[in-house]
Amino acid sequence: MRASLLKRLLIAMPTVLLVLTVTFVGLHLAPGDPVRLYLGPTADVATAEATRHALGLDRPLVVQYAAWLARFVTGDWGTSIAQHRPVTRVLGDALGPTLLLTGLSLLASYALGILLGAVQAARRRSRLDAAITAVTTALYALPSYVLALALVLVFAYGAVLWNWPAVLRFPAIGAESVGAEFLDPGARLADRVRHLALPVLTLVVVGAAGTARFVRGSMVEALRQPFVRAARAKGLAERVVVLRHALRNALVPVIVLIGLQLPALFSGVVFVETIFAWPGMGRVTVQAVLGRDYPVVMAATAVFATLVVLGNLLADGAAALVDPRVRGET
Amino acid sequence: MIAARPLNALRRDRRALAGGLAIVVIITAAAIGPVVFGAQTIEMSEVVAERFLAPLARTPDGVLHFLGTDRFGRDLLARLLLGARVSLAVGVFAALASLSVGVVLGAVAGYTGGAVDRAIVAVTDAALAIPRVPFLLLLVALFQPGLPITVAALGLTGWMTVARLIRGEVRSVRTRPFVEAARALGVPPARVLARHVLPHALTPALVAAALGVGNAIMLEAGLSFLGLGVQPPTPSWGNMIAAGRDSLVLAPWVALAPALAVAIVVTAFNLLADALESAIAGEGSRD
Repeated sequence: MRASLLKRLLIAMPTVLLVLTVTFVGLHLAPGDPVRLYLGPTADVATAEATRHALGLDRPLVVQYAAWLARFVTGDWGTSIAQHRPVTRVLGDALGPTLLLTGLSLLASYALGILLGAVQAARRRSRLDAAITAVTTALYALPSYVLALALVLVFAYGAVLWNWPAVLRFPAIGAESVGAEFLDPGARLADRVRHLALPVLTLVVVGAAGTARFVRGSMVEALRQPFVRAARAKGLAERVVVLRHALRNALVPVIVLIGLQLPALFSGVVFVETIFAWPGMGRVTVQAVLGRDYPVVMAATAVFATLVVLGNLLADGAAALVDPRVRGET
Repeated sequence: MIAARPLNALRRDRRALAGGLAIVVIITAAAIGPVVFGAQTIEMSEVVAERFLAPLARTPDGVLHFLGTDRFGRDLLARLLLGARVSLAVGVFAALASLSVGVVLGAVAGYTGGAVDRAIVAVTDAALAIPRVPFLLLLVALFQPGLPITVAALGLTGWMTVARLIRGEVRSVRTRPFVEAARALGVPPARVLARHVLPHALTPALVAAALGVGNAIMLEAGLSFLGLGVQPPTPSWGNMIAAGRDSLVLAPWVALAPALAVAIVVTAFNLLADALESAIAGEGSRD
């Protein structure tokens, strides 16, 4: 078990290396001069050349790559060109809010998706099943940035317009209110939760719709298996058959699905963080891309890929815990 | 390719009917709409009097605006239909690009096996672990944002599912007797793959292609929404949503109309893909 996880970790390393290499090569092939951006258009040629030399951007690409990779692996991620701060600090500040947002969203969307999918499969071809399918199909096709805007319109603006109670009014910008650091811990937590509500809701709705569609298919398949017929023939209650026998088996592919859903979640987070001005990795990446902040973009892409790889490993581990058959395979 | 029976199943499938109908209507509207509206899409006349008109409102001189107007007094429906051309074109071409890359890589991997196969599978798995939007942002921002780079970037980041599906199919078709017969007759490997194996392996890629079109449309709109895709004044649904975001409170329809358009088209392609998948699996719409 431990050996297979270690083996998987080794297999996952080239993925991160590939991302780093593609990012590095692409960034340096692209038009747009970071030195000019750094100094502004008024700088003279001599200053530009001096800065280029100081930043090491005048060396051959291979040398730059090797030097950069060596530094990157040892934790020196350079300095943000736009913010004049170490990249590790820029991303370190952003990682926490993103993990909070994605972690909560992942948990909630899985819980909701599994519940919906299981109910649908158990009541297959009923009106409830058809209704949930219609809703999840529509929501699955709804882009996260559209849903986010709609939620802002209803819960941040409409709630005030239509005089909804204060509980139903949610802030649409940032992770905290201005001056939240002066609140007492309880009030500060409540403030943070209220700021989390709309971004998390956006990611949960889109994620749960996809998960429900998948769980329904997986459950329908499981309910067709002979062991389910055997359980029913034994006279077990339908609830036990569905929850203990079918759902447990249907969950294995669902857990493995995390590996495919994480990239989608991190894609959604880019839009959601941008719209809600959430101070996380997605927003930092968009700003860095718009400002050609090379070191930040490269490191952010690598961190995203690493998070996906780690998530995959966790999912594999969880699948092995749930299903003994998986343990021997790898 | 698809045999007669799945084709019949597809014809009876309500999802295929609804999705197909929606797509045909939108393509027709996108084709004739801009011709009918002509200059209205770019024309700015009496901006102050005619901007942010609500849906179904008339201008002072009596022109009806079915979906209302934007902040420059331009007719939203006219721009929506012009934007449909851009969105549909990006979606279709991006899906075709991913389909080509995926089919070639998947077929080569599945047919040759060995080290080549292992290398392609490794690259595919690695590519699958990269979150698409951050990577797309990177690709698009590296070069000047615009139509060609958007299509190329979407194509280059969407081929993995196709490659996996095709590889699996090719591996199973490869062992069939007629392939062996073709090889025994001395047909060159590339020709065996292209003429004898691939036609039998392409069907599942159809599902991925249909899903790919919807996905690409959604992502193009997303990139344009962030200001990194199609650039104004060329209308695309994404940059229309972004422009409408500024007047979300004052005139929500400016953002909602293109947003709904994206949702409807993506749903239509997803429905079509679902129906195709059931038809190929021989289940019809029973499930």
